[in-house]
Amino acid sequence: MRIALFATCIVDAMYPSTARATVRILERLGHEVVFPAGQACCGQMHTNSGYFDAARKVAANHITAFESVEYDVAVAPSGSCVASVKHQHPMLAERAGDTDLAERATAVGAKTYELTQLLVDVLGVTDAAEQLGSYFPHTITYHPSCHGMRLLRLGDRQLDLLKTVGGIDVVELPEADACCGFGGTFSMKNAQVSTAMLEDKAENIRSTGAGLCAGGDASCLLHIGGGLSRAGSAAGTLHLAEILASTLEEPAEVPSTTTGATR
Amino acid sequence: MSSTFVGMPTLPSQRGHGNLHAEEPFPQAATRELGNSQLRANLRHATHTIRDKRLNVVGELPDWEDLRQAGSDTKDAVMADLPAKLDEFEKNFTARGGVVHWARDAEEANRIVTDLVRATGSEEIVKVKSMATQEIGLNEHLEEQGIAAFETDLAELIVQLGHDKPSHILVPAIHKNRTEVRDIFLNEMPEVDPDLTDNPAELAMAARAHLRQKFLSAKVAISGANFALADTGTLGVVESEGNGRMCLTLPETLITVMGIEKVLPSAQDLEVFMQLLPRSSTGERMNPYTSLWTGVTEGDGPQNVHIVLLDNGRTNALADKYGRTALNCIRCSACMNVCPVYERTGGHAYGSTYPGPIGAILSPLMTGIEAEDNGSLPYASSLCGACYDACPVKINIPDILVHLRGEDVKAQHAASRVPTEMDLLMKGAEIALSSGKVLNLMEKALPLGRLAAGRDKKIKKLPGKLAGAWTSSRDIPAPPAQSFRDWWKKEGRS
Repeated sequence: MRIALFATCIVDAMYPSTARATVRILERLGHEVVFPAGQACCGQMHTNSGYFDAARKVAANHITAFESVEYDVAVAPSGSCVASVKHQHPMLAERAGDTDLAERATAVGAKTYELTQLLVDVLGVTDAAEQLGSYFPHTITYHPSCHGMRLLRLGDRQLDLLKTVGGIDVVELPEADACCGFGGTFSMKNAQVSTAMLEDKAENIRSTGAGLCAGGDASCLLHIGGGLSRAGSAAGTLHLAEILASTLEEPAEVPSTTTGATR
Repeated sequence: MSSTFVGMPTLPSQRGHGNLHAEEPFPQAATRELGNSQLRANLRHATHTIRDKRLNVVGELPDWEDLRQAGSDTKDAVMADLPAKLDEFEKNFTARGGVVHWARDAEEANRIVTDLVRATGSEEIVKVKSMATQEIGLNEHLEEQGIAAFETDLAELIVQLGHDKPSHILVPAIHKNRTEVRDIFLNEMPEVDPDLTDNPAELAMAARAHLRQKFLSAKVAISGANFALADTGTLGVVESEGNGRMCLTLPETLITVMGIEKVLPSAQDLEVFMQLLPRSSTGERMNPYTSLWTGVTEGDGPQNVHIVLLDNGRTNALADKYGRTALNCIRCSACMNVCPVYERTGGHAYGSTYPGPIGAILSPLMTGIEAEDNGSLPYASSLCGACYDACPVKINIPDILVHLRGEDVKAQHAASRVPTEMDLLMKGAEIALSSGKVLNLMEKALPLGRLAAGRDKKIKKLPGKLAGAWTSSRDIPAPPAQSFRDWWKKEGRS
């Protein structure tokens, strides 16, 4: 299969190892990965902040970038960006009365998948150790991000895949389904409320004793990791793509603060 | 007029007034409330308890999703045909001896109610919990006119005696624990036993004794309504304590103040809504008391029955294509019990009678986004979506929040030519993110970020109010030496 990678702006700029891990997983399964060079961002930040005109320009760029390349499906290691492409792009176009753009947006959205959605539903991956050779000998806990959980209805796909990684120990996160408080510009506009939510999330992570919190959204992980770091916590965050891509021969680089939690 | 004309004189749709406003910007009010650790503990305990109860009873119904859909469809149909439904209700209510009054806004509704009470010669009234009268500030208005209004719902009574405001639509005293309640009773009920403890049963008995006296003497009652049935002109109230029933049956005059969106086509619709409402609100399979009344029955119950049909910005909300489904709300409060923002700030931070996620959309839809500080309300959410999942009539609150943010940005830009910090941030991001080429160029500066991060590879302070707010409690990791896109190119891939 020819798979177009939507790296997302945060992963591209801040967490390139997550995108490289995504490529490794897909290539290990025998697929060809292409990277539409014109891509930049889904425009979620603009949309969610009410800047619809700007958001539409960002969305149009994404649509054009993914139309200019031949591929079977597109994938992103981020539930919220996929939700934005699928749900917000057509909405932005419709609001502006641009039916042509709305149709194009819907077409691109229909071919776009979140990473574990693609792995489980399309590529039939149910056992990461067996099918991907995943090996990650650490204790982790897992935070399901809101958009994956509620907009994309990912269910247990992410957690179930993580549990099948060789050598891993997955401990349950109390109040896992509670938002971490990121919410894009919410974390700036309502910084104190966001911080209160983050503190509870960090406390729940600490209570598990796991040195790492895994998740499927780089932005939530940036937020949670930023809070853990500021609190001087020994725990860090890691994207699940890096855990799935980790093997005995080529282990994932684990945040330095977590080495003590290695099994 | 648009298709939202609802049978009132041909005037433009009215903006809502009264207690529908944030009293100060939400972030400011929220920050203050966050500092109250007792409040946070009370709220956390209460919302989590109701949340768990709700999940249990909702889980018992295999057809819960079908029920939600049916509730949503019924409400959509009513809103699409509201003028006709209200006409039908008016005809049937009147035919059975009731009197219908139409109120465009809070002021008009207050005036109508005051005149009706005055006509009875009574200077005291009892009330059964009514959001609509909270919304219009009726108690305060009556007090100014020399009429004393006594709340009879226990939680409302606690709030009233405590000279406080409700902070939840179902559990208005959710922010008070039982020790605080005992103190309020000791201070405000002259007849109460000075040795009153904070045992809930003792507190309930004290309130009961206090209220019984009011029920037996009151000649006039004011109620809200959970629904109005168009085909029979019937009104209905759903409650837990039975105090509502006392109000609805004992006095001679009964005045109901109800928002125009509460109308349902027929009694058959109760099959759906009486399953959705109690399970979503109190986590009960059925609420203890459901009262239905239709007009006047000679020699039995109130002999003068009135209804004030209140617009107060509802037609304004109805005219909003993207926001109108907010009127489908049945006031169950499930959205606030699952909201991580409400859980930490409580209802007072929202200013309006309608707090939480539904309030964050309903208040600005009714008043217009430009009204005072209501523009800050749609931002009081991380858009986590828990409210949408919990809503028994499937109001897509996150989508409406986003829509209203768009309305706010539009209004801000229309009002001012000076770009805000947010405008500049968004403009910069738009330029960077509208093209792969530009983003690639920007990413060349990533090593600068590494420099700023210093030896511990963390950025601890960013300039500006907004970015600075982020780093007030969160570090940012040092950016990588190379973006993914750069790596991809250097690998010679396509």
